[in-house]
Amino acid sequence: MKPGIRVVFGLLSLCSLATAAASDGDPRFAALESTVKAAQSAGDNAWMLVSSALVLLMTGPGLALFYGGLVRKKNVLGTMMQSFVLMAVVTVLWAVVGYSLAFGEGTPYFGGLGHMFLEGVGSAPSDYAPTVPHQTFMIYQLMFAIITPALICGAFAERMKFSAMLLFMTLWSLVVYFPMAHMVWGKGGLLNAFLGGKVPCFDFAGGTVVHITSGVSALVCALYLGKRRGFPSEPIRPHNLVLSFIGACLLWVGWFGFNAGSALASSSLATSAFVATHFGAAAATLGWIVAEWLRTGKPSVLGAISGSVAGLVAITPASGFVKPFPALVIGFSAGVVCYLMCTSVKRRFGYDDSLDAFGVHGAGGTLGALLTGVFATNAVNDALKDSAGRPLPLGLADGNAAQVLNQAVGVAIAWALAALATLIILKLCDLLVGVRVQPEHEVEGLDLSLHGEEAYNFEA
Amino acid sequence: MKKIEAIIQPFKLEEVKEALKAIGIDGMTVIEVRGHGRQKGHREIYRGQEYQVDLLPKVKLELVVPDGRMQEVIRAVVASARTGKIGDGKLFVSEVSEAIRIRNDDRGDTAL
Repeated sequence: MKPGIRVVFGLLSLCSLATAAASDGDPRFAALESTVKAAQSAGDNAWMLVSSALVLLMTGPGLALFYGGLVRKKNVLGTMMQSFVLMAVVTVLWAVVGYSLAFGEGTPYFGGLGHMFLEGVGSAPSDYAPTVPHQTFMIYQLMFAIITPALICGAFAERMKFSAMLLFMTLWSLVVYFPMAHMVWGKGGLLNAFLGGKVPCFDFAGGTVVHITSGVSALVCALYLGKRRGFPSEPIRPHNLVLSFIGACLLWVGWFGFNAGSALASSSLATSAFVATHFGAAAATLGWIVAEWLRTGKPSVLGAISGSVAGLVAITPASGFVKPFPALVIGFSAGVVCYLMCTSVKRRFGYDDSLDAFGVHGAGGTLGALLTGVFATNAVNDALKDSAGRPLPLGLADGNAAQVLNQAVGVAIAWALAALATLIILKLCDLLVGVRVQPEHEVEGLDLSLHGEEAYNFEA
Repeated sequence: MKKIEAIIQPFKLEEVKEALKAIGIDGMTVIEVRGHGRQKGHREIYRGQEYQVDLLPKVKLELVVPDGRMQEVIRAVVASARTGKIGDGKLFVSEVSEAIRIRNDDRGDTAL
């Protein structure tokens, strides 16, 4: 027999075996079923562990390099340290109570304490991701909880006390991130479109949970802490755009774990999200540099990399719901809108959002969350079904105009929670430890004054 | 002895060094400096924030030569550093009262 024919015969006999077995409870069928399940779990788990590592890569070194290059050389270590230390702080917080508050069963607003100290989070799958160990889902979600506060650091760069930053981020995670993650992704969360929410808001990988919360909080931080000394009259130039360039490239790659990983399986939906993510980043890069080229006469490298991040931000909520061409539209518009936010709007209002955490994440996240309501289609994601098992229309593209409103509700809740809670937490931190470094420390630089080190000792 | 301080375009340094070597001048001190004369700087824009950068990178050569060699050294530097455009730099000449070689305490022209 030819090998091909042999395979067909083999499959046929396997099928007949399975059908026969199903009817009479043959133990061989049960064994086959568990083997198939184990094979799927192996594939899904491999992808989810890789995705978890990719999302961590976005914070360190991705974001640390991106932000580190944009500050002056006296502050590069302090800036990178903020990202890095959050990898440690949020992890401990997550293990103790964070995961439970975000993903435990509780109220529509925050999770219960059932998973405190990771109780019940083991190798058995959860309702969130039925083919991978609960622990895989937990560690994957942790990486999101790490990068979100790290994004805020761009707004108060070069002037916040390290101690105040640690306190602020701990409280912020507890009051803003964990509840917001629960509302959008947690079982029974207020905005959860798939697991029993009242207002179904589509947020595939964190447009509201990650980018609006961090971006809006960033704006509040920039306003509360005030401008850096010398801004904007003295030149405060990025000290090393090469670092930022490498950081942005790592962010782009890491984002495949962020968005495609949010399919929570190695599925065709993951592929679709991967494609949309890449298309969004590419179109936004062009959107930003075209706008810049028209306005200033030169397409800059900083513009290109900023544009790519803006596109990645905007496509994040949409990535598991939209086709490739809408992804290009979302990306391109994010490139143009975020360019205007970081230039004209920032100049008009005069706030010192130092590394444009609000201009990119707040604006891009809001735009992306709203456009998700426009372009979401069940041709990409058919997880929502009616009682007869037919996929429900998702966004305006499917004729469900009401979804745009649902998205707006999600956006409004994220904005309100982030703005209000951040202001209160900042006040509290200011009373307890003071949020801003001494003027002489700001002049000297955070590296030396807060950490006792310098980044570049070329004479050493 | 005369000290010649030549502030030149950084990309001209190799040519100037070659020209000085050709007339037998081996010793010099080179310092990376920033400055501007009549040359205006340039504009840099970072996410819409514009900065006028008017201190531009230059290279300063310092040479101390015997009185008799001053004119030929000046000619060599000027000829090799010139592009004819604004920003080529300047030379300054001043008196040096003493030179001492640390290794063996040589004084004056022999120390150069």
